[in-house]
Amino acid sequence: MTTSTSDFLERAASSALVEASAPAVRLEGVCKSFGNAAPPVLDDIDLDVAAGELLCVLGASGCGKSTLLNLVAGLDRPSAGRIFVDGGHAALMFQESALFPWLTAAGNVELALRLRKVPKVERREEARRLLSLVRLDGAADKRVHELSGGMRQRVAMARALAQNSAVLLMDEPFAALDAITRDVLHEELISLWDGNARAGRPLAIVFVTHNVREAVRLGQRVVLLSSRPGRVAREWTVDLPQPRRIEDSGVANLAAEITSELRREISRHA
Amino acid sequence: MPEEVVRIPTQRDLAALEAGLDALEATGTPRSEPLRRVLRALLPPVLAAAALLGVWDLLVLAQVKPGWVLPGPGDVYDALRGDWSRYGIGDALWGSISRAIIGFGASVLLGTLIGLAAAGSRTLRAAVAPLLSGLQNLPSVAWVPIAIMWFGITPATIYTVMLLGAVPSVAIGLIDGIDQVPPIFRRVGGNLGARGLILVRRILLPAALPAYVSGLKQGWAFSWRSLMAAELIAVSPTLGPGIGQTLELARENQDMALAFATVLLILGLGVLVNLVAFGPVERRLRHRRGLGRA
Repeated sequence: MTTSTSDFLERAASSALVEASAPAVRLEGVCKSFGNAAPPVLDDIDLDVAAGELLCVLGASGCGKSTLLNLVAGLDRPSAGRIFVDGGHAALMFQESALFPWLTAAGNVELALRLRKVPKVERREEARRLLSLVRLDGAADKRVHELSGGMRQRVAMARALAQNSAVLLMDEPFAALDAITRDVLHEELISLWDGNARAGRPLAIVFVTHNVREAVRLGQRVVLLSSRPGRVAREWTVDLPQPRRIEDSGVANLAAEITSELRREISRHA
Repeated sequence: MPEEVVRIPTQRDLAALEAGLDALEATGTPRSEPLRRVLRALLPPVLAAAALLGVWDLLVLAQVKPGWVLPGPGDVYDALRGDWSRYGIGDALWGSISRAIIGFGASVLLGTLIGLAAAGSRTLRAAVAPLLSGLQNLPSVAWVPIAIMWFGITPATIYTVMLLGAVPSVAIGLIDGIDQVPPIFRRVGGNLGARGLILVRRILLPAALPAYVSGLKQGWAFSWRSLMAAELIAVSPTLGPGIGQTLELARENQDMALAFATVLLILGLGVLVNLVAFGPVERRLRHRRGLGRA
């Protein structure tokens, strides 16, 4: 457990005392508004993410999905409420890979290790191992511009894993990819998540998306946020076995139900 | 992590799928063979220079102006050969080059320090940037009279003019580069644990490097120009030889061929530095980052 980055991120140590299966992320009454006059973006969010859970957060524009992730990542502070993150730190992935173009694929992963103060002798091998997890052994020495969009996101995944956090936050990571690549990356993500669980290092993932099917395809639980202000409107437990496919009828049925709820939420703003 | 991870049945399909997608989507960067690349890069400018030389020669042959006003390429070549030792052109060249090295080196140092100081704070950058670009727009030759009144005709005058000409370009290059770092790089850097100086060293400076190199290139052009302007105006035997003084000498002696030869030398040196120093560095940077041609 590393030191917490800010005072509002409490150490996991305190929560570990409470119960064996402490949550990976806990939000208590979290509010966020930008400026005093503006209506809150997030209003009184209570949310627990269990260790190793894969939670999808859904919502229309303006529901504060990205704000929520920024708060959990410690990039911004809540106006009110408390946030606990296991280990005090969460890895973060965006829609853009945001890989550094002056480094190779391996160099990007190694930089994450270096900033974590992994000794130099171990960095190279560890970066290769992480890249092989996302099946990019052959692309280690490639420059970012030589990689396709899907490959870049896989390198970004390897870089996020290099942070060795118990929590991974993903902000619409596959939204810019074509449907075929996205489908493959869904499988890749589940396989990584599953691999971590089997290796005894459960990785909690908070996956933000506006794609209902994607949420049902991936999540163990789907949370629907309302817009302006963002509140937890409803949540569903996805009782479908993994590996799932996005075209499974179970996925389609639940997605239809969630979509109608989402539409009702949106109509309230008419 | 132990490799005992049980492979779910779809794993192999997934591997094949991804390998296929990667093969289809990855964009290699084919580089043509070196000889052809060099030819393609060198041939057009060489041809253009040759054409210019031809037009010049034709104008001289047509005698549009008398020979002492418009000397031909041959006359210029002869002047260069004949006057090389008589006027000590070699010494003059070396004098100017050594001043250029010192002046440009000092400009890089100072400009980089200013840029780095401004790198830390957006407010400071906003405050300094207009001043610097104002200075950059001021022809540095305008500082020559002031510098002479301050320092007399001394090396200090020359270096002052050079610094005032080149420092703004170097600093602006670095400041622009840092300003243009995509905000997401800062966020990712922060999330990866880079803060303060480490963020500057590992994320901001590498991201700003192409703009910084452009600033250096422009700074070189400005310091070379400033040097020539200063040498041309501040002429004194105590100052030692310089190529700008040679040009002034040619004017005094009404030696048009020598004046042309000197201008060509000044031009050639500036181009050479760009070709040898900045060109390859810039190309390499852009190539590695997949940024197309400058």
